[in-house]
Amino acid sequence: MAKQAVSFTLNGKTVDVLVEPRELLIHTLRENLNQTGAHIGCETSHCGVCTVDIDGESVKSCTLLTVQTAGSDVKSVEGMATADGLHVIQQAFVDEHGLQCGFCTPGMLMRAYRFLQENPDPNDEEIRWGMSGNLCRCTGYQNIIKAVKTAAKNLQQA
Amino acid sequence: MDTVADKQEREGSLNGVGCSRKRKEDARFIQGKGNYTDDIKMPGMLFADMVRSPYAHARIISINTEKALALPGVHAVLTAADLKPLNLHWMPTLAGDVQAVLADEKVHFQYQEVALVVADDRYIAADAIDLVEVEYEELPVLVDPHKAMTAEAPILREDLVGKMEGAHSKREHDNHIFNWQAGEKDATDRVFDAAEVTVSQDMVYHRVHPCPLETCGCVASMDKINGKLTVYLTSQAPHVVRTVVSTLSGLPESSVRIVSPDIGGGFGNKVGIYPAYVASIVASIVLGVPVKWVEDRMENISTTAFARDYHMRGELAADSNGIIKGLRVNVLADHGAFDSCADPSKFPAGFMHICTGSYDIPVAHLNVDGVYTNKAPGGVSYRCSFRVTEAVYVIERTMDVLAQKLGIDKAEIRRRNFVKKEQFPYTTCLGFELDSGDYHTALEKVLDAVDYKGLRREQEEKRANGELMGIGLVTFTEVVGAGPSKSCDILGVGMFDSAEIRVHPTGSVMARMGTITQGQGHQTTYAQIIASELGITSDEIAIEEGDTDTSPYGLGTYGSRSTPVGGAATAVAARKIKAKAKKIAAHLLEVSEDDLEWEVDRFKVKGVPGQEKTMKDIAWAAYNNVPEGMEPGLEAVDYYDPPNFTFPFGAYLCVVDIDKDTGVTDIRRFYALDDCGTRINPMIIDGQIHGGLTEGYAVAMGQEMPYDEEGNLLGNTLMDYFLPTFVETPIWETDYTVTPSPHHPIGAKGVAESPHVGSIPTFTSAMVDAFAHLDVTHMDMPHNAYRVWKQIKALGLLDN
Amino acid sequence: MIPSGFEYHKATSIADAIAKLQDNEDAKLLAGGHSLLPMMKLRFSEAPYLVDINGIEGLKGISIDGDTITIGAMTTENELIRSDLLQQYCPLLVEAAKLVADPQVRNKGTIGGDVAHGDPGNDHPAVMLALDAQLIIHGPDGERTIPANGFFLGTYWTALEEHELLVAIKVAALKTGTGHGYNKLKRKTGDYAVAGSAVVLEMNGDVVRDIRIGLTNVAPMAIRAEAAEDLIRGKRVDEVLLKAVEKAIVEACDPAVDLRGDEEYKSHMAAIMARRSIIQAIKNAKE
Repeated sequence: MAKQAVSFTLNGKTVDVLVEPRELLIHTLRENLNQTGAHIGCETSHCGVCTVDIDGESVKSCTLLTVQTAGSDVKSVEGMATADGLHVIQQAFVDEHGLQCGFCTPGMLMRAYRFLQENPDPNDEEIRWGMSGNLCRCTGYQNIIKAVKTAAKNLQQA
Repeated sequence: MDTVADKQEREGSLNGVGCSRKRKEDARFIQGKGNYTDDIKMPGMLFADMVRSPYAHARIISINTEKALALPGVHAVLTAADLKPLNLHWMPTLAGDVQAVLADEKVHFQYQEVALVVADDRYIAADAIDLVEVEYEELPVLVDPHKAMTAEAPILREDLVGKMEGAHSKREHDNHIFNWQAGEKDATDRVFDAAEVTVSQDMVYHRVHPCPLETCGCVASMDKINGKLTVYLTSQAPHVVRTVVSTLSGLPESSVRIVSPDIGGGFGNKVGIYPAYVASIVASIVLGVPVKWVEDRMENISTTAFARDYHMRGELAADSNGIIKGLRVNVLADHGAFDSCADPSKFPAGFMHICTGSYDIPVAHLNVDGVYTNKAPGGVSYRCSFRVTEAVYVIERTMDVLAQKLGIDKAEIRRRNFVKKEQFPYTTCLGFELDSGDYHTALEKVLDAVDYKGLRREQEEKRANGELMGIGLVTFTEVVGAGPSKSCDILGVGMFDSAEIRVHPTGSVMARMGTITQGQGHQTTYAQIIASELGITSDEIAIEEGDTDTSPYGLGTYGSRSTPVGGAATAVAARKIKAKAKKIAAHLLEVSEDDLEWEVDRFKVKGVPGQEKTMKDIAWAAYNNVPEGMEPGLEAVDYYDPPNFTFPFGAYLCVVDIDKDTGVTDIRRFYALDDCGTRINPMIIDGQIHGGLTEGYAVAMGQEMPYDEEGNLLGNTLMDYFLPTFVETPIWETDYTVTPSPHHPIGAKGVAESPHVGSIPTFTSAMVDAFAHLDVTHMDMPHNAYRVWKQIKALGLLDN
Repeated sequence: MIPSGFEYHKATSIADAIAKLQDNEDAKLLAGGHSLLPMMKLRFSEAPYLVDINGIEGLKGISIDGDTITIGAMTTENELIRSDLLQQYCPLLVEAAKLVADPQVRNKGTIGGDVAHGDPGNDHPAVMLALDAQLIIHGPDGERTIPANGFFLGTYWTALEEHELLVAIKVAALKTGTGHGYNKLKRKTGDYAVAGSAVVLEMNGDVVRDIRIGLTNVAPMAIRAEAAEDLIRGKRVDEVLLKAVEKAIVEACDPAVDLRGDEEYKSHMAAIMARRSIIQAIKNAKE
């Protein structure tokens, strides 16, 4: 089918793309828009490394058509840090060694960001359940949980 | 004025060895600015995708590429016919066999590569795959390795028929790959015949897959104008790849550049050269543009290097006190359709002969037979240290079986048989010289920490109440740091490793190594080593790896070899720089070298306070004020050929509670004590241990790669292939002792594979222990609820 | 990883969606997309014409009128979980939704999609059976209501006729003395059930006046364990009765054999899940 023009906001800026209906958002982000933070780890929507934030919700961008994103407010990891430095959550991941190879990290950060909006003061069990859509092979999750808790504490103090 | 406090402050600011400093590489990963293979874009780049066989064993009758080629945007469809004139339709493997690049006349495993389509983008390539028409004639399938060497077995490798001299030994059957033995068969048999007690346990270390979150891929770019081939590649061994690619392509190594960019997890999945890499390189050479190939998850699980698939029998001969007199291990190894096992060439069964474990065993015999089946090739991967996972599994399981038979506690029988601290360095009866160890201390520390006696009392009570509680214990020794080049080589290249360090005039450092990180934190840990050696803060030490144009030749990172070999090269290179620095310092201070002593970051004249030169002072002088006859500059290279392997060890204990009604197991507690010698960055070590334990949990408790009788691989997506989430993953308690390696320049042994090697038998030990009072001596993995429930039912525990 | 090409059209209303289904032979509905898109990416499912029903008026919302709760078919799992109304008046739906997939998928997966897709592994169908839900359906011939019991006919086969669309689900608000439970055994969080059981029962003192037991993923579609229900109805539940109930559940199951287990395991796990849901329901009926 002929390509469609789609316009949405990415990290606060309007973007315009021309896509086939079948084009997945993850590919639009990575190929058209050169935002390669979100990654691809599977084709069955299990791993979560493609997670971004759309209209206030965590979404696996590999399971969304770009044409469905028209008019949406999309946030990706590239929009987390500002001119003032890393986001509190990013710093917490560094401080608690919540990453190793870095491949799952953008998805983890985007999910942690939204999760802490949904639940600003979570306990360990809530973190485990709330982040269960994001897989990691390197860390065994233990330090990521610490990172999310540290981030929660620091966000509340901010 | 120098004070102790001042010295401590200077030491602290180095952020050197021993410091849990934050990682330097995090900056890019935390902002989504990592540079992984699929992030790479080059002008004019095309995208490749692979047509694969749906059948496990079939002749290819015809391949029709017409429709695919007619699809707009498709540039080429490569088949074996296109590779034949270049003699590239087959390629040599790391194990002395050959492997099809694109299937020539027949396919040997499901999903085997048949044709490579190259198109403008990945969407068109995906469509083109469906348009390639391949006609197959199915052949009988062999999936059971126990049937591989029978008279009725179908012959898989027609290309090897008649060639009974294999790469490693004579072949006894067309489906036989090799026989490999270690130790003394007759002496061992005699010990067994005469022994007071013997035990024998069959066990399967099932086929699994490392499944890193980033799949394999490459961007091959042939620059026809400059005659240079550059390949960005998910590779744990870029230099080896360069040598092989040069050999295969006929391009000199000076015209081949391999770059391993950021890698999203390796775990042994990214060591070998996969057919799609070769086909993509050919495509780029032919088309003259960059060609990218990135596999999807099903391709990754189904075709890239699997791990294990060892069918083992462990036997111990002992006296009535449980003192071991002999060990016998027999293995049937399922290697799949091609032997592409990534071992050092002289060891087709890797380091399986570490199976004497932590114990003082006087005589042993190991026999391994490798066979072909209609499955994907591989065998060595997934944090296995070259079959050490299998070796530790067989000895630790068999120790438990012996303990159970004799009614001796699992911890006690180990104590009685440990190599004692005073015996190190200890040469095992199968030929390894264990560098250092203190097994007794490690074990006692763990037992105390968990209140082992209390746990056993609790277990008694629970058993009386009909509840299933198990305590698993493993005291492992593993062998890493491959390895001394006299015994260890990959395709003839000795397994040394290298470091090149350059100190800049204003005192910061650039260093490059022949290893390649995939998340282990080399950018940080190597900098820490150099910092402690040279007295320059690790904040100002830049580490690079992975580009074969700039880094010195190395054998790569797998089998926990970076710290033992690359780390040694780093320390030695740094010491060469320090030796030159001392001469410069002596020159600057107008004293002889003997008058100087080193303190943290400077040379001081003995007994003359205030007369000192920091490494920064020396660095500047190196570029403008060196002694007569000395060349300027301050740098060094070291190629380190290790004198021996290193032998990290540990003691792990696991407590499980099993729900009788469902078979679900709760890992109540897991206590992991590791001794990796000198600890460079404790934070990073803990991270590696958490990761290795989690992967071990996945293997023991849920991962599997079941093949049906037609050779179809079932469960090759993440729906079925068990990758634990946050919810399932147990809490890991870590502990340590420090027993440095006497032969390593900084006493460090390497650690990242130990938690995987050690944890897997610990889980099995715990599961079996839960049923041991019912005379169960072994349960094969994975211990998923379904299999455990079947065991519970078979034991009659549900009838009440 | 990449679906084949298709035409994509956003429906503007329920009527428009139905018209598009009628006008295009191979049209498929795109709701949350987390069942359909994965199948299309693996090319197991071809959908040359997709009708996106996201954003249509009349498919969202959770409301209560008297004793009847109406839930729009496009309500997502997370919207179910966050609904104060459901937490108060139909907590079974909230508990079941929490067991579906993972947090991201729950932002997209809809109750309507979960019910209408016909996948025996989906959780809501058994819950619909236990709740005795009514399904509101719109089609070319207008609106009709189908009880959940009888809606699920087989694998990927429901009572939805061609060109029909599930628009809402009606369930009864929790009454005093009613208990509920949903227990799902899974290999890991986010997986489909090895076996699951949803139970809604009404107590009369210590006696179970009425009970409905729905079973997930142990047959070609979600089923009611009617023989087991008959054993309990009117009785006081004790260990002897529970054992008989378990046996009846095992006999009611006809699960597919796959990597989650064989028939014996799955049937027995359905029985255990039902048992746990029954015990849980009796307990919370009293609260």
